[in-house]
Amino acid sequence: MNRAAIDLWVGIFVAMGIAAILFLALKVGNLLTVDHAPGYRLEARFDNIGGLKLRAPVKAAGVLVGRVESVRLDPKTYEAVATLRIDSQYEFTRDTIASINTSGVLGEVYIGLDAGGDPVMLRDGDRIAKTQSAVVLEKLIGQFLFDKAQDSSRGRNGNNADSAPTGASQGSGGTKK
Amino acid sequence: MSAELAHGVTYWLRRLGGAVTGGVSKLGYAARFLLAVMWHSPQAFRRIHLTLREIYFAGVLSLVIVLMSGMFVGMVLSLQGYETLKRYGSDEQLGILVALALVRELGPVIAGLLFASRAGSAITAEIGLMKTTEQLAAMEMMAVDPLARVVAPRFWGGVISMPLLAALFSAFGIFGGYIVGVRLIGIDEGAFWGQMQAGVDFWPDVTNGIIKSVVFGIAVSLIAVFEGYNSRPTAEGVSTATTRTVVISSLTILALDFVMTAFMFRGGNV
Repeated sequence: MNRAAIDLWVGIFVAMGIAAILFLALKVGNLLTVDHAPGYRLEARFDNIGGLKLRAPVKAAGVLVGRVESVRLDPKTYEAVATLRIDSQYEFTRDTIASINTSGVLGEVYIGLDAGGDPVMLRDGDRIAKTQSAVVLEKLIGQFLFDKAQDSSRGRNGNNADSAPTGASQGSGGTKK
Repeated sequence: MSAELAHGVTYWLRRLGGAVTGGVSKLGYAARFLLAVMWHSPQAFRRIHLTLREIYFAGVLSLVIVLMSGMFVGMVLSLQGYETLKRYGSDEQLGILVALALVRELGPVIAGLLFASRAGSAITAEIGLMKTTEQLAAMEMMAVDPLARVVAPRFWGGVISMPLLAALFSAFGIFGGYIVGVRLIGIDEGAFWGQMQAGVDFWPDVTNGIIKSVVFGIAVSLIAVFEGYNSRPTAEGVSTATTRTVVISSLTILALDFVMTAFMFRGGNV
């Protein structure tokens, strides 16, 4: 095989390889999406962030508007501080509520933003005042079991239920009938 | 009796020590060999067509096996992944599964194993046979350094070919996964690509895969040229060296892969 043919084949090979890397970067990965678009930062404080990960999506009305840039613990208040990087084409009102949601049962954890009606918009570095923490499934199930136990014990001593309110001292958030 | 026992123990200890020092000195020799190849590389690059020729033999001629394997691996991943994900009702995550498995692990590792068997063995056999037929000695007689003329172009041909082959393997694997997942099984096309793009990052997923393939390329090429250059100059020696290349580079790829994965994806909140 002469040198020109080898050069041609090597050229084709290298071009294909570079095309494959570009394909992996652009079509499979997300090199050119929201990440590198100019954006601004918002801060949101949560009591509990649940399974929120770095680079988790931030969505408003289901539309991706940014990503979680960093998560840290405030050493004084013991709150989780999440820094959100929002695409600069979107603006949110001052009374926006940030909540931690899960898409589906096994789906990814994301931050949902619900805009309010305030005329003033949030600026770079502002803090989202109203937040709603993650629902921790174990706590929810624990609460549910506790309520169930309370109900059944109330049903068993139904006669003296009024005179002795069972478990009322423990039920911090128990539903009252 | 006790003298005989002591003699036996000494014998075995001496053999153990000999094996260890032999292994260490061979490792050191391989490192010095790598330095020597590096030292002679500029001289080899002055005749770039030699390296291009080796890229042709190591890379272009490995294309068919790598692309076919990539397609089939992607198709099987898609079928198996779908069967498992369906149980959790999350079969739309198939795109992430196929892409991450290929880009992070299977692309570099399987392409590396194929490269070691397809190209590494050929390099060893070629250099070994050149040594056996005293072509290398003849070059030295003519004041042509075989390290610059024979070894360095083959080394660099492998190092350059390997990442490209791994990237092509991953790309064709994802294409194969797409054919089975979307065309055959009928997962929504938008969900397939959308979930994939949401779940796969260029940094660190794709870049770590590329780093792995570069490291595998260096390891396999070095082992191939080293074994060939240091083979015993007999027919049996060449065949032993070829076998050793495939065995050692496969084990090296898998071991290096574990070490690099442990460093790159060590879990945590990343």
